[in-house]
Amino acid sequence: MALQYYLILSALLFTIGVIGVLVRRNAIIIFMCIELMLNAANLAFVAISRNLGTAEGQLFVFFVMAVAAAEVAIGLAIIVSVFKHRETINVDEVNSLKG
Amino acid sequence: MSPNLILVLLISPLVGFLINGLFGKWLKGNEKLSGGIGALAVLVSLICSISAFISVKNGNPLEGDAGHLYSWIVSGAFIAGGPFEVNIGFHVDALTTVMLLVITGVGFLIHVYSIGYMHGDEGYTRYFAYLNLFVFAMLILVLGNNYLMMFVGWEGVGLCSYLLIGFWYEKQSATDAGKKAFIVNRIGDFGFLLGMFTLFAAFGSLDFVSIFDKAEAGTIEIVFGETTKATLMVATLLLFVGAIGKSAQLPLYVWLPDAMEGPTPVSALIHAATMVTAGVYMIARSAILYNLAETGAVVAWIGVLTALFAAIIALKQNDIKRILAYSTVSQLGYMFVGVGVGAYASGIFHLVTHAFFKGLMFLTAGSVMHAMANELDIRKMGGLRNKLPITHATFLVGALAIAGAPFLSGFWSKDEILHSAWDSFPFIYIIGLVTAFLTAFYMFRLIFVTFYGESRVEPEVASHLHESPAVMWLPLAILAVPSALIGLLLGVGGHNSWFHHFTEDVFPKAHEASGSVLLFMAISSVVGIAGIAYAWKRYKDRAPSAEPTNTLQKVVANKFYVDEVYNTFIVQPIKGASHFLLWKLFDSGIIDGIVNGVAALIRVIGGMLRRLQTGIVQAYIVSMVIGIVLFLAYYLFFT
Repeated sequence: MALQYYLILSALLFTIGVIGVLVRRNAIIIFMCIELMLNAANLAFVAISRNLGTAEGQLFVFFVMAVAAAEVAIGLAIIVSVFKHRETINVDEVNSLKG
Repeated sequence: MSPNLILVLLISPLVGFLINGLFGKWLKGNEKLSGGIGALAVLVSLICSISAFISVKNGNPLEGDAGHLYSWIVSGAFIAGGPFEVNIGFHVDALTTVMLLVITGVGFLIHVYSIGYMHGDEGYTRYFAYLNLFVFAMLILVLGNNYLMMFVGWEGVGLCSYLLIGFWYEKQSATDAGKKAFIVNRIGDFGFLLGMFTLFAAFGSLDFVSIFDKAEAGTIEIVFGETTKATLMVATLLLFVGAIGKSAQLPLYVWLPDAMEGPTPVSALIHAATMVTAGVYMIARSAILYNLAETGAVVAWIGVLTALFAAIIALKQNDIKRILAYSTVSQLGYMFVGVGVGAYASGIFHLVTHAFFKGLMFLTAGSVMHAMANELDIRKMGGLRNKLPITHATFLVGALAIAGAPFLSGFWSKDEILHSAWDSFPFIYIIGLVTAFLTAFYMFRLIFVTFYGESRVEPEVASHLHESPAVMWLPLAILAVPSALIGLLLGVGGHNSWFHHFTEDVFPKAHEASGSVLLFMAISSVVGIAGIAYAWKRYKDRAPSAEPTNTLQKVVANKFYVDEVYNTFIVQPIKGASHFLLWKLFDSGIIDGIVNGVAALIRVIGGMLRRLQTGIVQAYIVSMVIGIVLFLAYYLFFT
């Protein structure tokens, strides 16, 4: 299959992720959308790697996945502790850094 | 003579200073050890000084390249004469060794005396640290082979003087006196600095030897007027301003009487024997310049007027140490007359004899204070000679010496100075003679009121009257010997005396004073004895009246109101200007205004910018996304 389909799919997934981050208010949904963006990037990596016949792109995917796993661990921990503290995970209500 | 000897001589007091200064906390409990270290450090210097003296006497001075240690400041050739170079180096000739012996000899005895005098003082180790530091600075002053090293020592002794005058810093008057001494000295030091700059501009060097050689040869970068002489006049007069400050001459003498707030041995060492004579030493060292510039007359006139002025003030003082302080100012005036009229050896000779007899008198005054529970007012003494026989005897020797009693040390040196002044400056001679009369009078007024007549000592003090311990009276006894005899040993024969022969290579040849030496000696003796006799007549059995009886006495008793005049016309205007112009207007208004203005501006800008911080995460993300899109668009479409 041609490369551009993969890239179009990747761009679509990424855009969905961005919009989700921008418009949703639930921290967990936002978090999932960030994961979506990361995986959109992964898809682009893999597609181009295969197209070029080299391994570096696939290598990077592993890095991204490892970092994403770490990020999930920390992010969820933060969300849990925010919830314990405020009994909400609505990001609009977590605004004590307001200037 | 090797530079190593001089190095040991110089470093020893520094080591003493470091030990007492750094480990004072541990030495505090052991006064004997602390004081012993201080005295020992100076004793080592004294031994080296004697060795240096013998070398010089055998025709082996340390001069020129031999004394060079290392280059201190070297810069590129920014002046026509070549690179600017200042060396650390020693210049040890007859003049230096004379000073070395005075500093370390009198200094050692005063250190020993201090062991007893300072007994039980809270700052015992601090005292010896300062005293050793002073000796170190004074040695730098006289050992250096250039004006900059001299200046380093000059400032060093000024610092130590400040520290020791304000030694009892819990006393407001002591800290005030320390500050006064320091500030008045700064005025003089400013002149000294300008003098050094002038010399450097003229000769491209600060080395004694090279300046003197160039000055004599007339090779000079012209800075003032067309001639070498004009430049040298400016330079020597500026240097003399420094000497006026350091050696307490008119009009900058005001700090010295106040400096008596310090411990008495400090007054003896710093404010009588050594530091205040630095100005005389400086002029004697620069003798060649003063001769070429012919500015000696200024020096001599300032000197003799100071001598007279201070002697008049001393007539009506009732504080034992202040009388001695004014006497010191007066005697320093004599020394300046000596070096001013070109009789450099005589001026230095008087410096030496004065160091002994005035050091002695200060120490005896300390002994009196020790016995009298720090009483200073001579009206509350009287009849002390029975209770303090050694103190009385040694004080009498010192007073006879300063009064010019025949054959004691002051007689020879003062007479030489007056005799040298006679030919070119008869008026100076006459004023000097009047001053000699006054000197004899006020000194014996002090003696008769303090040691003779009825005892006016308060009963509870009288019960404790005691002679000082041996550690204190032994230095007195030792100092009394040279005070009495050094004139006979060194000064007999006027211009053919031993002292003149010893220093003849250092100073330009003074012309032979005319007239019969014996006649002049006879006149001086009569004047001195007349002063003593008049004092005997007036004060042998009565105290000075408590209140001055007429206007003239009142003016004299109040020291001609000089301090008040300075306060009104100099200190207060400067304080006022500082308060209103510098503080209120410039500091509070302009500087603080700028600082506070900047802060206020930042606050306003910050107040506007803080609205961007909404605290809503998604608002931040939107701005981030917009930024990224803009960047991407820029790279995609415009590059």
